[in-house]
Amino acid sequence: MTPILSVNNIQVVYKDVILVLKGMSIEVNEGKIITILGNNGAGKTTTLKAISGILKSEDGEVTDGSIEFYGERIDKKYPEDIVRMGIFQVMEGRRVVEDMTVEENLMAGAHTQRNRKNRKKDMEMVYHYFPRLIERRKVMAGYVSGGEQQMLVMGRALMSRPKLLLLDEPSMGLSPLLVAEIFNIIQTINNERGISLLLVEQNARLALSIASHGYVMENGRIVLDDTVEKLMDNADVKEFYLGLTEVGKKKSYRDVKHYKRRKRWLT
Amino acid sequence: MPCGLFHNRYRTDERIFQTIWVRSWLTVFGIFVLLMPFFVSDYIIYVTNTIFIFIVGAIGLNILTGFTGQISIGHGAFAAVGAYTSAILTTKLGISFWIALPIAGFFTALIGMIFGIPSLRVKGLYLVIATLAAQFIIEYTIIHWESLTNGITGIFVPSPELFGFVFNTDKKFYYLLLAFAVSAVASGRNIFRTRVGRAFIAIRDRDIAAELVGISLFKYKLLAFAISSFYAGIAGCLWGYYTNVITPEHFTIVLSIDYLAMIIVGGLGSIIGTIFGVIFITILPELLTTIGLILKGTFGQITTLLSAIKGLIFGMSIILFLVFEPEGLAEIWRRVRAYWKLWPFSY
Amino acid sequence: MAENISFFFQLLLTGLVVGSIYALVALGFVLIYKSTSILNFAQGELLMFGAYVCLALTVELNIPFIWSFLLTLAFSFALGVLLERTILRPMIGESIISVIMITIALSTVMRSLIQIAWGTETKVFPPIFSEEPIHFLGLFIAQIHLYSLSFALLCVAMFGLFFKFSSAGLAMRVTAFDQQIAHTMGINIKRIFALAWAISAIVSSIGGIILGNINGINNLLAHMGLKVFPCVILGGLDSIIGAIVGGFLIGILENLAGGYLDPILGGGVKDVAPYVFLIVMLMIKPYGLFGKVLIERL
Repeated sequence: MTPILSVNNIQVVYKDVILVLKGMSIEVNEGKIITILGNNGAGKTTTLKAISGILKSEDGEVTDGSIEFYGERIDKKYPEDIVRMGIFQVMEGRRVVEDMTVEENLMAGAHTQRNRKNRKKDMEMVYHYFPRLIERRKVMAGYVSGGEQQMLVMGRALMSRPKLLLLDEPSMGLSPLLVAEIFNIIQTINNERGISLLLVEQNARLALSIASHGYVMENGRIVLDDTVEKLMDNADVKEFYLGLTEVGKKKSYRDVKHYKRRKRWLT
Repeated sequence: MPCGLFHNRYRTDERIFQTIWVRSWLTVFGIFVLLMPFFVSDYIIYVTNTIFIFIVGAIGLNILTGFTGQISIGHGAFAAVGAYTSAILTTKLGISFWIALPIAGFFTALIGMIFGIPSLRVKGLYLVIATLAAQFIIEYTIIHWESLTNGITGIFVPSPELFGFVFNTDKKFYYLLLAFAVSAVASGRNIFRTRVGRAFIAIRDRDIAAELVGISLFKYKLLAFAISSFYAGIAGCLWGYYTNVITPEHFTIVLSIDYLAMIIVGGLGSIIGTIFGVIFITILPELLTTIGLILKGTFGQITTLLSAIKGLIFGMSIILFLVFEPEGLAEIWRRVRAYWKLWPFSY
Repeated sequence: MAENISFFFQLLLTGLVVGSIYALVALGFVLIYKSTSILNFAQGELLMFGAYVCLALTVELNIPFIWSFLLTLAFSFALGVLLERTILRPMIGESIISVIMITIALSTVMRSLIQIAWGTETKVFPPIFSEEPIHFLGLFIAQIHLYSLSFALLCVAMFGLFFKFSSAGLAMRVTAFDQQIAHTMGINIKRIFALAWAISAIVSSIGGIILGNINGINNLLAHMGLKVFPCVILGGLDSIIGAIVGGFLIGILENLAGGYLDPILGGGVKDVAPYVFLIVMLMIKPYGLFGKVLIERL
């Protein structure tokens, strides 16, 4: 199966002097949920921004490699064209337009859809997935709670009828119950509408619970790339990302060094 | 070749000039500046004196706008307050320059604080507009309070004296102004090694968070306005005594814009950037005037259009600067240094 | 007594008329601010551009006024797009202060260019509207004043609807709030900016043409641009309605202040009064009568 999105060995540089991505490649297959894990500063958000094309507004550039979506090269395209092609990035931090109402935010999300009549239908679809938003429709987006804002930005993304959603840390700053609810909804959307998902998360356990394939990034490079089952079995992932160390046993520093040695061999 | 700078004492870490390299070049530069007046024409000394005065004022503005994030377009008016205060003190009350100067500075600081009060209510764009209003209101007051300020005729200010030594030539003023410029730069740079300076930067970056950490916005914002206006007042004062005459025309919004241009072109939040910016903005019109004089022979009508052309080129160069390097000369300086530090690897 | 009342009403009327021009220019200003978050310090120069170009077309090329008017609007549209493209577009994502500075620099450049092209003496338009003033409740109102008033009101209505209901209007509001968000939503930021500047240039040109007809043209016209600030602070920086109301209010207030305080303070009150009102407004109601309060979450 050819992937719908393939990032091929891209190198991303900010301000001409800060190298952030040092040759990374990922693939997203149709209808699947792919996750990228890693610590802060690994370059996950930069990867998403490279795909959605908004690097330029942050003085960043893809200086090597290519990104292809459905066979077409998108690394040189403008963000608005990329959105029209069907990729929508939901940025981290719940970026709602604070001085517009919830409903106006959703309407704005449908900007790229020419056909007005579809908008009404699409809004109903969004309200169907996120029923909490219905009662908050006329409220200023800046005043609704964090969880509702996260739902709003995802609903806004859905209004653009995307084929691929880029989600950046949707669980950040939300309570566990709300996070579980939102991840449930994400999975439902993926099942029912067949929208592919590229999920960047720090909450590794949660991400691996809904994804089918995962990548681990460190320092601008992919260090692990495997299906979720194999990742969950991987000793290093278990130790450093899932917190599943051997309970009760004493840790020897030799084991810790072992991870570092292995990493050098991989990269 | 060293691969980094590693300090093992707080003292060495806090030093402003950290490597031997920098310190030696600084000494060479210092010697050059001290000896310069003996080798160049009076005109160049005049231009350099102007640069010194503007450095004092511009550092004040950078403290307020670059480091504390309070954008002000009224700096010219504050310079006017300083200039007029000291001039009135000297001409009407006979107070000498050396006492009138600090008094003018503190009075301007007070006025600055008053006009800084809106900053406690509004931020960003609204504050710019408030300072714009301050500029016009102060200008109006100076023009119309004729009994105090002589209105548009202006005030004639005598040169400063010290034990019989009169500062009435460009060369004599050079060393006096150099001393002021150096103290302005040193004090400006040192503010940001203290608590107060760090509070300013915190306010610029995230003022609500700063307040949560215990930084009183009320106290520090007003303090920033006060300090900044103090510098402006001193600069205005120095200008008055140097040129021996002050009129409201010297302190219009054009001056405020010039100051803003200096710190933006130079680099907000950077003391060395301020110096670069002042030099750039001061030299540009002088250069254009000189070119204009040279071309006068061939294109007669140029002189009539000269002021318009100067305005044109001034505006264009600012635009080009902002389009190609919005963080100013300081950023260019930083990039060049970073580049050479790692040469031949670019990153 | 009757003299006092009619003095008051005459001031009021002049204020309304001047206010309608302020309202137009403030509208253009708010349009740019709302879409691009830019404070356009060059608004006055856009006004001058309209006035000078229209005059040149009417007087130097002898084109009938109605055509020069329309042609000027076309040129203004083009100017707006040009400015956006060459100068403002590279400023996407830069800090507020850089953007402010660039419009200030732009105003200097435009003023210098106009001065080079047309010199500094005052010029006048040939009379377009009949000189016959209209009698209204014992007061005189010139026809041109009436026209500018009605036109301003028309523009108000149109733009209010635009921002609330149209797709482009919503897109403008998103862009004004956060350009990055707009980017990720597929909004073509460049087109939004160009549109905002073009419309703003047109509206300012209209203001300039009207003002030029009333008062004659010289390069002091640019000061109108700065008068915009008290208007929009009064009304609210991001409110179209606020701009209009603010414009009228400042027009009225400055004329009243000038009329009553000039003899006491020695003149020039009209020029400084708006700024005093501005400061007062900032202290009482910083976001203006209609502005949206800045919502900040940590």
